[in-house]
Amino acid sequence: MALIKAENIVKDYRVGEVLIRAIDGVSFEIEEASFVSFVGPSGSGKTTLLNLIGCLDSPTEGNLFVAGEDVKELDRREGALFRGKNIGFIFQDFNLIPVLTVYENIEYPLIMVQNVPAREREERVMKLLDAVGMLEQENKYPDQISGGQKQRVAVARALVTNPKLVLADEPTANLDHKTAYMVIELMKKMRDEFNTTFIFSTHDQKIVGEAEIIYTLEDGQIMDMRKKGGNENGKSL
Amino acid sequence: MGNLFKIAIRNLRRYRRRTILTSSLITIGVIFVLVLVGVSGSFKNMMIGQMTDSMLGHIQIHRKGYIASIDNLPLTMNMKPQAVKKLEGIFKQIPEIEAYSPRIKFGAMFSSFTETTNIRLNGVYPEMEMKTLPLLASRISNGGKEIRKGEIIIPELLARGMKINVGDTLVVIATNKDGSVNGKQLKVGGIIESVTGPGGRDGYVHIEDAMDILRMDEMEISEIAIRLKHFDRLHAVYNTLYTLLSGELNKQGKPAFEVHTWEGLSPFYNIARMIDMMSIFIKAMLIAIVLISVMNVMIMAVYERIREIGTIAAIGTLPGKILSMFVVEGFLLGIIGAIAGNILGTGIVYVLKLLRITFDFGRQTGLVLSPTVTMTDILMISLIVIVVAVLGSLQPALKASRMEPIKALRHV
Repeated sequence: MALIKAENIVKDYRVGEVLIRAIDGVSFEIEEASFVSFVGPSGSGKTTLLNLIGCLDSPTEGNLFVAGEDVKELDRREGALFRGKNIGFIFQDFNLIPVLTVYENIEYPLIMVQNVPAREREERVMKLLDAVGMLEQENKYPDQISGGQKQRVAVARALVTNPKLVLADEPTANLDHKTAYMVIELMKKMRDEFNTTFIFSTHDQKIVGEAEIIYTLEDGQIMDMRKKGGNENGKSL
Repeated sequence: MGNLFKIAIRNLRRYRRRTILTSSLITIGVIFVLVLVGVSGSFKNMMIGQMTDSMLGHIQIHRKGYIASIDNLPLTMNMKPQAVKKLEGIFKQIPEIEAYSPRIKFGAMFSSFTETTNIRLNGVYPEMEMKTLPLLASRISNGGKEIRKGEIIIPELLARGMKINVGDTLVVIATNKDGSVNGKQLKVGGIIESVTGPGGRDGYVHIEDAMDILRMDEMEISEIAIRLKHFDRLHAVYNTLYTLLSGELNKQGKPAFEVHTWEGLSPFYNIARMIDMMSIFIKAMLIAIVLISVMNVMIMAVYERIREIGTIAAIGTLPGKILSMFVVEGFLLGIIGAIAGNILGTGIVYVLKLLRITFDFGRQTGLVLSPTVTMTDILMISLIVIVVAVLGSLQPALKASRMEPIKALRHV
């Protein structure tokens, strides 16, 4: 069974009196433990699609199932609970909480979202700190570490709740190429280690190549879908 | 919960200058309220003390209907000896009563042989009256501090107006309850100052002299003034007396007695109430200060942290927890302000007490201001500040908790 199943989803926004169709009848399926990228120019609908998959927004039309759940049916509270249990987020600007240390930022979802006991929290945080190579920086605050390190912390924070899915919206946009490549490699390594599905959006062609499945979006539609080792045309349905 | 406090404390430290400013504002408000409550409370207690300890007593008992016609000092509404005896029996059942003093009150004329004027006289047992009104002796400015048989204590303004001095002889003339007039020569034993300022016409004579002047065969008492061991038991004792005396009926089957606390007998009670009202207004101002400052700072905090709110909401933090995070910040601001304000306010009140500031009340001069704050005041003010701080942070916190994560994350 696919982790994500989108059936002809549409997302409309109203800006003043103008109706904007951000996603226009998109269908796709993503399997567990995939490493997927959405690519496309600015305004193509990448972020909107990620927001829909992440249950931060709901489609205007069509069906969207994430981890077997019809996300259209989730209310605000259920959406929060669903995200806390199943989805991790990595943001372009890292979005670490500035008053918490590296350790505490990773620990945060376990306390505030999942209520995990202290001993288990420590085990999980230390394991991830080690996995992302931030053990030595655990007591530093976000303003004391580099951009690449911040994104590594963000990766660890996204994974600490053992989610089925991690969504990363332009995770490398604020990083230099070398660091960006390292972050993508780290995400891939984490996918291998934790069997988590990673979906990221980017417009950086060099980074795109690291994805195993690439969806190309344009004007809210999937124009192309490519798998590594082959080229399969996945026109929007 | 501990983590919410940890995050809140760090956020308060993150905006240190703003936190200091807001908590300083709350602190100043608390100081003002504490000092005002301490000083006005001291002034009020002193004023009440002057009224009750040198004139009224804490509670008075009269025959039913007497107070309604008290300006006439009607002798026909005095209490018979049997009634007084019954009351004395009741007083013995109430351990909170420290002393009581029966009085015969009557209107009289007195003449210095060259001039004549009217006076309100209180016939009292000197020892019982002094025990009931411990400040009475201090009001007698000239002559002895006692009320002796054959002597009269006259009000200062009458003495001055009629050029009467201690040792002079006067004639007191009064009409008894049967309508016949009688007079008696008395020596001026002392001059008494009025509690409330000019206009006092109350003088004192020994109760046996009052009986002579009024030609009473048996002692008929106009009122009994009562002093309590502890003033704060006033209403409890009043209620006990009221209950016990409501069972005492006259021949018509109606209550024989009426009981009043000093509050029902003196217009100064309204001043005391005004002081209380003033304290309430000052507390309302404190509420406004705390509410506005906390609400303002929390609105700013929410506005500045919209992306943070979006992040924590996106990763699954429930709206209730986001609300708690901001409410805890407001709560801590209230706690900081309340603690600092209480410490500094109590210190200032203590210094004011040490300075021994004096003021005048009526004819009393040089009364020493003795401000105090009670634990109840401190707890009450702290509670107000903390509750209002929480309420002040509630609206911004609600706004934060209801934010759409997607919009919050887009915020620049």
